[in-house]
Amino acid sequence: MSNPDINGAYCPVPLPHNDQIVLGHGSGGKMAADLISKIFLPAFDNPALRAGDDGAVLDVPGGQIAVSVDSHVVSPLFFPGSDIGHLAVCGTVNDVAMMGARPLYLTAGFILEEGLTLDTLIRIVSSMKAAANEAGVQIVCGDTKVVQRGKGDGLYITTTGLGIIPPGISISGTLAKPGDAVILSGPIGDHGISVLAARGELGFETDIQSDSAPLNHLVAAMMSVSPNIHVLRDPTRGGVATTLNEIAAQSQVGIILNESDIQVRPAVAAVCEMLGFDPLYIANEGKLLAIIAKEDASKVISIMKETKYGEEARIIGEVTTNPRNRVLLKTEIGSTRVVDVLMGEMLPRIC
Amino acid sequence: MKYVTEFRDAHLVKGVIEEIKRTVTRSWVLMEICGGQTHSIVRHGLDQLLPTEIELVHGPGCPVCVTPLEQIDRAHAIASMPNVIFTSYGDMLRVPGSGMDLFSIRASGGDVRVVYSPLDAVRIAKENPTKQVVFFAIGFETTAPANVMAVIHAKMLGLQNFSILVSHVRVPPAIRIILGSSSNRVQGFLLAGHVCAVMGYHEYPALAEGFHVPMAITGFEPLDLANGILKIVRLLETGRTTEIDNSYSRAVTFEGNLPAQKIINQVFMECDRGWRGIGVIPASGWCLRPEYNNFNAEIRFDVTEIQPRESELCIAGQIMQGRKKPHDCIAFGKQCSPEHPLGATMVSSEGACAAYYKYDR
Amino acid sequence: MCLGVPGKIIEIYQKDNLTMGKIDFGSGVLREVCLAYVPEANVGDYTIIHVGFALNILSESEALETLALLTEIADLNDELGPG
Repeated sequence: MSNPDINGAYCPVPLPHNDQIVLGHGSGGKMAADLISKIFLPAFDNPALRAGDDGAVLDVPGGQIAVSVDSHVVSPLFFPGSDIGHLAVCGTVNDVAMMGARPLYLTAGFILEEGLTLDTLIRIVSSMKAAANEAGVQIVCGDTKVVQRGKGDGLYITTTGLGIIPPGISISGTLAKPGDAVILSGPIGDHGISVLAARGELGFETDIQSDSAPLNHLVAAMMSVSPNIHVLRDPTRGGVATTLNEIAAQSQVGIILNESDIQVRPAVAAVCEMLGFDPLYIANEGKLLAIIAKEDASKVISIMKETKYGEEARIIGEVTTNPRNRVLLKTEIGSTRVVDVLMGEMLPRIC
Repeated sequence: MKYVTEFRDAHLVKGVIEEIKRTVTRSWVLMEICGGQTHSIVRHGLDQLLPTEIELVHGPGCPVCVTPLEQIDRAHAIASMPNVIFTSYGDMLRVPGSGMDLFSIRASGGDVRVVYSPLDAVRIAKENPTKQVVFFAIGFETTAPANVMAVIHAKMLGLQNFSILVSHVRVPPAIRIILGSSSNRVQGFLLAGHVCAVMGYHEYPALAEGFHVPMAITGFEPLDLANGILKIVRLLETGRTTEIDNSYSRAVTFEGNLPAQKIINQVFMECDRGWRGIGVIPASGWCLRPEYNNFNAEIRFDVTEIQPRESELCIAGQIMQGRKKPHDCIAFGKQCSPEHPLGATMVSSEGACAAYYKYDR
Repeated sequence: MCLGVPGKIIEIYQKDNLTMGKIDFGSGVLREVCLAYVPEANVGDYTIIHVGFALNILSESEALETLALLTEIADLNDELGPG
């Protein structure tokens, strides 16, 4: 019996694929484990993650838990001042903080597109780590899936956040009362315009940076001087206008704003003029709206001005009884107009 | 001088409004015929500050609103075709045709792209030689110089895959129809400042003299609008009803922009044009000259069998001519809203109905 | 139909046989626009930009004159008190 010819036969051991995501990274085998041990774990390192179980077991101080989830699909992945990772952490930290909770833990689910470079993933994960460190939260569990090239915009991140609400605190969009002051923590429109500029489709250049930031320490400072914070919300998609309309509807009140007290950076205003946008509808990722009892307004503003991300805080309006479920704006020339919710996508106009 | 903040000065605006109040002795109906002016008036709440004697009416000045339904349906038909990249100004994406809008076509897989400038559409054509790139060239006279330059530039670059779908309208014929109607109530006209920046204002004296309706070329900032209104009110109160005032003199000259007019004449010719909600107004539009047929999307694509269906409830035409107000319409705010517009004036945020819905309900 | 915004010309150049310019809309917001219709334009001029095209050159003297006249009206109104 002659020996079979084995010249030309080979054993197809997977190549290491050191520099980009391939479908194998999502299959739960060694490649996926490598992603965790080499990229996610060193960045997010904490006891729950190190335990390596299917879920995280966490110590939770007594009180109510606030939980929030958000998915992030922003394109491009990197833009001036921030990136999808930073946004994914700050966005969820902020949503939890807006309930008056102290954010403690985040989970992170990743959908990676085949072909995404590991360098990009590492950059994003580092950014998440930096944001988590600044916020003082831990990313305690996660998941990774990989989709075929063309079926994802590079990557999508979903984060869930958990926080503890101190006893006796109740902050909700349903609690705005007539007479309350409406406070805005700073100038609006930076994030939306910076992403639009980074996309490049409309051809303009600007230095505007995203304002993406974790606001939980600012919220804690505000809560330390006033037990009368009724509503907190960050004006993300749809901007200040949409957010205040939601609150007016939830609380069945009216809100009247002073145009001259709403700050817009000159560069943001210039882009809005050029394209026909209204800054009131543009997304912010590092600003908050607070509706608080009038008598506490000035001390809350004072503490905000001494706290990072609140330096430019201002009272921009007040809550009224009528007209209910309506947001009004007193213009700089002394007239009053209705501020409606955003109707669909904001598009550049020629009219 | 930055040309913006100075013309929004609250103290000056209030001063001019007070002067209007001092000047006016009886009621007057004024019309503006520019979507941009409608937007600015409503956004700054200027009409609230005017004396009640002044009634401001919003004419058919929004090119998005007046684009005829057949043209919208043609745009949708082309955008739905395979291998087409359909480019458009942002305003047009939400406009519903007889069945759908460009958003839903995009969701179904059509390649629909918003561009800020028509030259961006030409660039897309250059970068995608295997695709047909079509640009939806709508507008009044203000936008014509840009739209025709796209054709000239595409021709210079030797592009074979670029064409435009034209729906251009002109202001003077619309004014003639409005003022010539037996039920016309308009006594004074604010003329669109940027239309006049391009075309000059030599077409308007004949209209003012023929109909005894004074006119003021007006800009867009609150101070410009107040100034234009003041000038017309002064002309009306002193019986100088055949005069024109250039209240936007920093941007407008009598002759207008001659290089732009020359190029417009080279590429476009006058033609009859349907205005949505009003009907066909003779010689009120611009179409591509025959020598530019190979850039004409209506010829390149087979979209002749279009049967548009307009809503029966919609009174947009009467609103645009100043004869009715949005609140007079039985469908306003009910069957007809910005999310489900039935007709021209609810379709774009500059349309009278949409502006009222958003700012003034 | 006329979203036209003033901008300052900071650079003029030729591109693909078209006269183009870099416009500053204020606070460092820049965009390339077509200057084909304002052959007389110079760097430093202000122009109205509509969909990426300069429509004219703004006249500073006319602007100042308009403002002066309107300021006179406003000042007179202040003197006269509420009407």
